[in-house]
Amino acid sequence: MYNVDQYFEPETIDEATALLAEHPNLLIIAGGTDVLIKMHSGKIAQADLLSIRKIKFLETIQKRQDGTLSIGSLATFTQIANDPIIKENIPVLKEAALSMGGPQIRNVATIGGNICNGATSADSASTLFALNAKLKLQTQGGERVIPIEDFYLGPGKVDLKPGEILTEIVISPEDYQDYGGHYIKFSMRKAMDIATLGVSAICRIKNGVFEDVRIGLGVAGPTPLRCQEAESFAKGKTVSAQTLAEIGKLAVKSTKARTSWRASKEYREHLVEELSQRALKVAIKNAGGESLA
Amino acid sequence: MTVNVVGKRVKRVDAVAKVTGKAKYTDDFMERDMLVGKILRSPYAHAIVKKIDVSKAKALPGVEAVLTYKDVPDNKYATAGHPYSLDPKHRDREDRTILTKKARFVGDEIAAVVATDDLTAEKALKLIDVEYEVLEPVLTPEDALKENAPLIHEEYDNNIISDFGYQIGDVEESFKESDYIFEDEFETSIVQHCHLENHISYAYVDADDRIVIVSSTQIPHICRRIVGQALGIPWGRIRVIKPYIGGGFGNKQDVCLEPLNAALTLAVGGRPVKIDLSREECMIATRTRHAFKYKFKTGVSKDGKLIATHITAISNNGAYASHGHSIAMSAGTKFRPLYSFKSIKFDPVTVYTNLPAAGAMRAYGVPQIKFALESHMENIARKLNMDPIEFRRRNLLGEGYVDPLNGNKVLSCGIHECIAKGKELINWDEKKEKYKNQTGIKRRGLGMACFSYASGTHPVGLELAGARIVLNQDGSVQLQIGATEIGQGSDTVFAQMVAEVLGIPVDMVHVVSTQDTDISPFDTGAYASRQTYVTGMAVKKAALEIKEKILNFVWGMTDIPAEALDIEDANIVYKHSGEVVMPLSKVAMQTYYDTVFAKPITSDTSNNARVNAMSFGVTFAEVEVDIKTGKIEVVEIFNVHDSGKIINPQLAEGQVHGGVSMGIGYALSEEMLFDEKTGKPLNNNLLDYKLPTIMDTPDIGVAFVETHDPTGPFGNKSLGEPPAISPAPAIRNAVLDATGVAFDRIPMTPQRVFEKFKEAKLV
Repeated sequence: MYNVDQYFEPETIDEATALLAEHPNLLIIAGGTDVLIKMHSGKIAQADLLSIRKIKFLETIQKRQDGTLSIGSLATFTQIANDPIIKENIPVLKEAALSMGGPQIRNVATIGGNICNGATSADSASTLFALNAKLKLQTQGGERVIPIEDFYLGPGKVDLKPGEILTEIVISPEDYQDYGGHYIKFSMRKAMDIATLGVSAICRIKNGVFEDVRIGLGVAGPTPLRCQEAESFAKGKTVSAQTLAEIGKLAVKSTKARTSWRASKEYREHLVEELSQRALKVAIKNAGGESLA
Repeated sequence: MTVNVVGKRVKRVDAVAKVTGKAKYTDDFMERDMLVGKILRSPYAHAIVKKIDVSKAKALPGVEAVLTYKDVPDNKYATAGHPYSLDPKHRDREDRTILTKKARFVGDEIAAVVATDDLTAEKALKLIDVEYEVLEPVLTPEDALKENAPLIHEEYDNNIISDFGYQIGDVEESFKESDYIFEDEFETSIVQHCHLENHISYAYVDADDRIVIVSSTQIPHICRRIVGQALGIPWGRIRVIKPYIGGGFGNKQDVCLEPLNAALTLAVGGRPVKIDLSREECMIATRTRHAFKYKFKTGVSKDGKLIATHITAISNNGAYASHGHSIAMSAGTKFRPLYSFKSIKFDPVTVYTNLPAAGAMRAYGVPQIKFALESHMENIARKLNMDPIEFRRRNLLGEGYVDPLNGNKVLSCGIHECIAKGKELINWDEKKEKYKNQTGIKRRGLGMACFSYASGTHPVGLELAGARIVLNQDGSVQLQIGATEIGQGSDTVFAQMVAEVLGIPVDMVHVVSTQDTDISPFDTGAYASRQTYVTGMAVKKAALEIKEKILNFVWGMTDIPAEALDIEDANIVYKHSGEVVMPLSKVAMQTYYDTVFAKPITSDTSNNARVNAMSFGVTFAEVEVDIKTGKIEVVEIFNVHDSGKIINPQLAEGQVHGGVSMGIGYALSEEMLFDEKTGKPLNNNLLDYKLPTIMDTPDIGVAFVETHDPTGPFGNKSLGEPPAISPAPAIRNAVLDATGVAFDRIPMTPQRVFEKFKEAKLV
């Protein structure tokens, strides 16, 4: 049962930030696919809700003049999966979006909610990590823009300060142009599931050499994370099976996997090594590189 | 009988009502000012309530009643949906009370509240103060069997519900005659039915001071009896109504909510109270499938003939007996008509543990034993260097087999044809050749498994089924049955049977889908794949009686002897020529309004089946295994069934699709997990419990080998449960074929597969 006493539904961001300033206890709800589940299970016993669903401009996905991509926090996963800008510029995010939930969930779940929920398993997060995405957070008084990596503080904990609303996800042109990517969601089911491991790999290739490699992982630690060691190793290396094997091994070093009833640490690490290579293999192809056997 | 609708793909009689939302389920019925009942569940697997204080909960505005074990009758009762037995020794173990002072699993029912709405009821639950004395939980059957194990039910000497078994022949002697002895051990997991509609009921006291319960149940007549027993009131004071149901799979062949629901309405002066379980509650506090551990010791001759098998089984029954040892005995019985053994010793033990109670679930213990037996058969064939199909063929029993323990005789058997068809459908020989010597990361393999099953429970249980038909003025008929439509399509096949016998179109048969114990004929309900076979015969008998009465009436009207007449397409015709004598509607009008001879035509029939037809079948599966990630994908799967005559191929295919999908989940992903120390459920929701989605289910191939069983109303045999039996071992055997790794436990989750592959040095 949903124990909700107060419910607000502002239509502009200014109204929303003003309400938040006035009622600091308000919990922001967008699609509700996380908040309502937590309320149903009792993880949140009672809440007063601020719905941002009526703030239509937060649904906007656009490409600015300078090539910067801007995704409104209220964009649903269905919208992202079907959006021509996403499809053309960062198809890897489309892959991630389509791996989430099922059609009904994707119709209401939003990318902003996916991030603010703070789960390491968030399907969009590992890709946004790999894309060096930045988050725009707005308050009544102003706004700040921070890298997504800084936003995640711990399991289920994000740096959303009282009064703040995540309004926009921003990706700079130098972070996605000429890159190819691929997302692998490893889960027990092909739909309606939570990832055992999420791997998003993107790369830029010139003359058979990795100019840049970025690997974002979900469920390899308490928060989504990047494989720094593997990435720095990869830079400037020839694209080859050996390089990939080494990247796979190094990727494990960045992880902080643990054993739970869902999967053992050993198995998760094994998957990191294997799947980061598999994701990168497809990313190489998508970046215009020669496919590896 | 020229209309010929039996065997046709007749549209479900409830299809339009269901897809348009007109079909009413329990939650769709409204009573004025319906109250909400909610249950306080134990957070401990094993504990005694020392003190319970409900005063704060009672004081909350909107709370109408709070009940604990002190406020309900202290009658012990059994919940299994079995027909009552006049022989006390044959009854189920009575080990439940409506609410309990002793918690026996996490989720056990300590108290209940009635409030004006859900939220108030939830809040009231939190206001109940309980002081528990926490006891050591017993979470595995092995621990439960230990000499000084804590007693889960203190009125018994130990945690064993039963260890009754049997021996046919002398296995020790037969082992001496065997050239080889093979031994294997297998284990299955606890799984849950996951029917779409959770358990739900509501109850009120009517104007005659009787308790009316509307419930999503497979067994309304049995439910009435059990509520009477639990409350200690005459059974006739209770009326159970069963509307449309969103699935049951055996979990509603048990009485879970209704006794408490009756107690709750009595506690508020007969006002209506609804109990609607959440998925999380439903998964732990209704029933589960028993997890089994099997040991097989089997003697085989050099030429691949089975000689003897000694089967040891431990059945994990959870906290309450429910169907109890019947599950193990069903398993030990239903596999027998398949393979020839000179001797069989079956040693099962069914044990209490502090886990959710296990009960009936589709195929009633047989998926467990068949996973073990068919895996064992595969292992033996491989060790003998024999083709696994040939090995099985050599040992099949077939027609004429008479079971030495229950006397059931196999009168029809198409197992050889099923195997041949399955082999052809999956392209066995060609693929086997192609998949030899694979070394890549993704490897494919083929596997198969056979099964035998029964149609109903005879002679263990009473097989009584009632049917009533009334001829209307326009020549159409109403059909009432006590058997319950729970999604499987029984209403439709009964309509087909009536249409077939009466020579009228199916749409002239109006099936009353709701069962109401005040009105419906007596029938024990939907279980044991019995309805088309047992109730079908009752329906046929009722229709034959109606037909006889109609033709006799026409004889009176026309002086044409009844035996010279027939009914075709709703007309009375001459049998010899088909020439129409008069429309059926004309006869019907006379039966109602003839000033001298009017006597409406009805029939009220009961069938007490003392026969049981064995059905057979096989699964062929192809898998692709990702050696590195441990992921198994079913690429192709075919189920071929000998269920006798198929009454409605479209519905039959649907049954097979559902059963195979259940089997795939059983093999690869489904298991209920509990904290090993506390017994707390870890995954009692549909996110963490990995029921396969449609994306995880390959196209399911279905074929039938239509034998004719002389004991079935139209030559038909069971089909409801059988499709869920053989997929898991077939998939397991395919994985063995692909990788050389012999799994002895399901589900084969990626984590478990990874561990086994590491052991086998594949990764």
